[in-house]
Amino acid sequence: MSNEAVLHAHSDVATHDAHGDHSHEHHHHETFITKYVFSQDHKMIAKQFLITGMVWAVLGGLMSVLFRLQLGYPDSTFPWLESILGKWAKGGHITPEAYYALVTTHGTVLVFFVLTAGLSGTFANFLIPLQIGARDMASPFMNMLSYWFFFGASIVMLSSMFVETGPFSGGWTAYPPLSALGDASPGSKTGMDLWIVSMALFVVSSLLGGLNYIATVLNMRTKGMSMTRLPLTIWALFFTAVLGVLSFPVLLSGFILLIFDRNFGTSFYLSDIFINGVGALPNEGGSAILFQHLFWFLGHPEVYIILLPAMGMVSEILSVNSRKPIFGYMAMIGSLFAIAILAFLVWAHHMFVTGLNPFLGSVFVLLTLLIAVPSAIKVFNWLTTLWRGNIRFTPGMLFAIGFVSMFISGGLTGIWLGNSALDIHLHDTYFVIAHFHIVMGVASMFGMFAGIYHWYPKMYGRFMNNTLAYIHFWVTIAGAYMIFWPMHYQGLAGMPRRYYDFSIWESFKQFQDLNRFISLVAMIVFAVQFLFLFNFFYSIFRGRKVTTLNPWESNTLEWTTPIHPGHGNWVGEIPEVHRWAYDYGKDGKDFIQQTTPVGADESHH
Amino acid sequence: MTTTIPNKEPQKIHPHKFAMWVAMGSIVMMFAGMTSAYIVKKNQSSWLQFDLPLIFWYSTAVILASSLTMYLATKAMKAREMSRYRTLITITAGLGLAFLVMQYLGFKDLEARDIALIGPKSNSAASFLFVITVLHMLHVLGGVIAILIVFAKAFRSTVKNYSAVPVEVVGTYWHFVDALWIYLFLFYNWIG
Repeated sequence: MSNEAVLHAHSDVATHDAHGDHSHEHHHHETFITKYVFSQDHKMIAKQFLITGMVWAVLGGLMSVLFRLQLGYPDSTFPWLESILGKWAKGGHITPEAYYALVTTHGTVLVFFVLTAGLSGTFANFLIPLQIGARDMASPFMNMLSYWFFFGASIVMLSSMFVETGPFSGGWTAYPPLSALGDASPGSKTGMDLWIVSMALFVVSSLLGGLNYIATVLNMRTKGMSMTRLPLTIWALFFTAVLGVLSFPVLLSGFILLIFDRNFGTSFYLSDIFINGVGALPNEGGSAILFQHLFWFLGHPEVYIILLPAMGMVSEILSVNSRKPIFGYMAMIGSLFAIAILAFLVWAHHMFVTGLNPFLGSVFVLLTLLIAVPSAIKVFNWLTTLWRGNIRFTPGMLFAIGFVSMFISGGLTGIWLGNSALDIHLHDTYFVIAHFHIVMGVASMFGMFAGIYHWYPKMYGRFMNNTLAYIHFWVTIAGAYMIFWPMHYQGLAGMPRRYYDFSIWESFKQFQDLNRFISLVAMIVFAVQFLFLFNFFYSIFRGRKVTTLNPWESNTLEWTTPIHPGHGNWVGEIPEVHRWAYDYGKDGKDFIQQTTPVGADESHH
Repeated sequence: MTTTIPNKEPQKIHPHKFAMWVAMGSIVMMFAGMTSAYIVKKNQSSWLQFDLPLIFWYSTAVILASSLTMYLATKAMKAREMSRYRTLITITAGLGLAFLVMQYLGFKDLEARDIALIGPKSNSAASFLFVITVLHMLHVLGGVIAILIVFAKAFRSTVKNYSAVPVEVVGTYWHFVDALWIYLFLFYNWIG
C-alpha cells in the first residue's frame, strides 16, 4: 500500500494525490479546528508538540529558579514569593515541602515533557515524513492521538500543582514508599495520584508516537530512499522510537504495580513500614528495590531517548554548515545502534549503592564503560566533520557545536560515575547533578535549539533573528558551564543533592558563596531564554521571509518541498532519491541534492 | 555510497500491519517486565505456593478455539464469503467474552480458597497472578472491542468495503493475545 492511500484513508484534509501528475493544489475546505487543533498533518502536530514543550520548559525552568533561590539565599526572604506561592512560601521563604515539590516537578517535566515530548515529539513528527519522502505518518490519526494524550498528561500534571496537598514531592524517580503511601508526605497524597495518571497518559502518548515513527521510517520511504541513504536525523529518531517502544511499557508495568500498592493494599514494593502518626503497616514481603529495577529499565534508555534525537540533528546540522560530508556515516549508524543496545544493559548503574551484589555491579560497570566507545566514535566523527570545513556559523550551527562541547564535558564525568567504587563517594551528590544536567539536559536542550534554529525556515517560512540568536547562544553556553562546572567541586566535596538548606551544615556552608553564584547565573540564563521565546514567536509573524526553497543549501528532501508545504508535503509526485544525504563539496560542487541523479562522470566514494 | 544500490520498491507490508507488530513487541516488553518482576519477587522471602484455578485450563482451551475461528473468519473474509465471515467473527467475539468470564471465575475460585488477591492480607504471589492476568484480560477486552468494530463495519450496508487489512490487523492481534496467554499459563504453571 502506498503513501497516498494511507493518507487518504485516514485524513479528511489530505489534498494531494501523487498517482496522477497533478501540478496544482486542490483547495480543500479546512476549518480552524481541523487545521490548528485536531490536525492530522504531521507538521502541525510537530508545532503543537514544540509549543507545548516550550510552555513546560518555561514552567520547569521557573521551578529551578525558585529552588535555586532557596539554595543561593537560604537566609533571605522574598515577600513576592508568598504572593505567587501562597502558603508554600510563608513569610517569603520557600517551605521544605514546596522545595521538594519543585525539585520533583522540575525533574519530571524537563525529562518527560520537554526533552522527550518536546524534543522527539517535535522533530520526529516534523522531520521523518519530510526527510524520507512521505506524505505523512503511517497513521496520521494515531499521530494526532499521540499529541492529545500528551496534552491530557500536561493538563493533569499542571492541575496537580494546584491541589491542596501540593504536587508529588518524592523525586522524579517516584521511588516507593514515598510514592506508594499517601501518609508518607503531603505530596504523596492527591499530588501523587495525579502524577501517576499524568505519566500513564504520557506513556500512551509516547507509545502511539513511537509506533508511528518506526512504521513510517521502515515502510513509507520514497523510491530510492534505501536505509543507508537516510539522513542521520532519521536514523537517530528511529532508534529513539525503538528505545521508547521497548522501555516505556516496562515503566508502565512498574507503575501498575505501584498503583496496586497505593490503592489496593498489595505489597509489591512495601514491607515492614512504620509511619509516624499512623503506626505499623500490614504490608509484608515487598521490595522497594524491585521498583528501582523496573524504573531504571526505562530510566536509562530514557536518557538516550532524550539524547539520540539531539545527536542526529547535530550530525545533520554540522555536516550542512561545514559544507562537508558527515565523517563516518556508517560508523555513526553503528554507534547509534550500539548505544541503543547498551541502553538496555546498564540500568543497574543507577543502583550501585542499593545493596546490589558487587559482582553484578562489576558487570554493569563494564557494560556502562562500554558506552564510552560508541560515544567517542560519535565525538570523533563530529570533530572530523568540522575539521577543515568551510564553516558557516549560523545559530543552528553554533548550538550544534555547543552540543558537542557539552557532550564531551558531561560524557567524561560519566566515566567517573560508571565506576561502582567511585560511586560510593559520588552517588547522590552534586557531581551527579552536574554530570546529567550537562550531558543529558543542557546538551539535548542545545540539540533542540539547534534543530529549531535550523528548521525554523521550513516550519514557518521565515527566519529567526540572528542577533538575538547569537546573544541567546553565548549567554546560554557560558551560563550553562558557570552553573554546572562548580557543582563538580561541590559533589567531590560530598555535597549531597536534594538538601533544602546547606547553611546549617558545617561541611557544606563553605559553598554558600558558590551556591549564590550558581543561583545568580541560573536566573540570568533563564532570563535569556525569553529572548529566544520572543525571537521564536515574533519571527512567526514578522521574521525575514524565506525566498528560496533551500536557504541552507542542504541536500535533504525537506528542502525540495514548497516554502509553505501543505498537508501532503509535495505538490505532484514525491521526488525520487538517487544518492545519500551528504554529497557536500563533491567533484567541485558545493552540494548535490538527494534528488539529483548520479552523473556518468561522478567520482565514487 | 551514492551508486549501485538498486531501487527496490518499498512498502511490502502494510504500514498498519507493521505498526501492529511493533505494538505487539511493546506489549511483550510490558509482560516481560511483569514476569521478570515476578521471578525476582519469587526468589525473595514469604512467597505463597498455591495451585492455579482449574478453570484456567478450560479458558486456555477457549482462547485457543477463538484463535481458530478468527483464522477461519479472516479466510472467509478474503474469499468474500461475508455471511460465513460474520458468523465466525461473532463466534470469536463470543469466545473472547467467555474467556474473560472464565478468568473472572478463576479469581473467584482463588478467593473461595482464602487466597487474597489484593488488600492487606494478600501475598505478592497471588497479587502478581491477579495483576498480570487482569492486564492480559484488558488486552483481550481491547481485542473484543476491535472485533466489534470490524464486525459493525461488515454489517454496514451503505459502504461496501472489502479491504481485508483491518480484519487481518485485528486477527494478528487476536492470535497475539492468545499466544500471550499461553505464555502466561506456561509461566504460572512451570516457570513462575
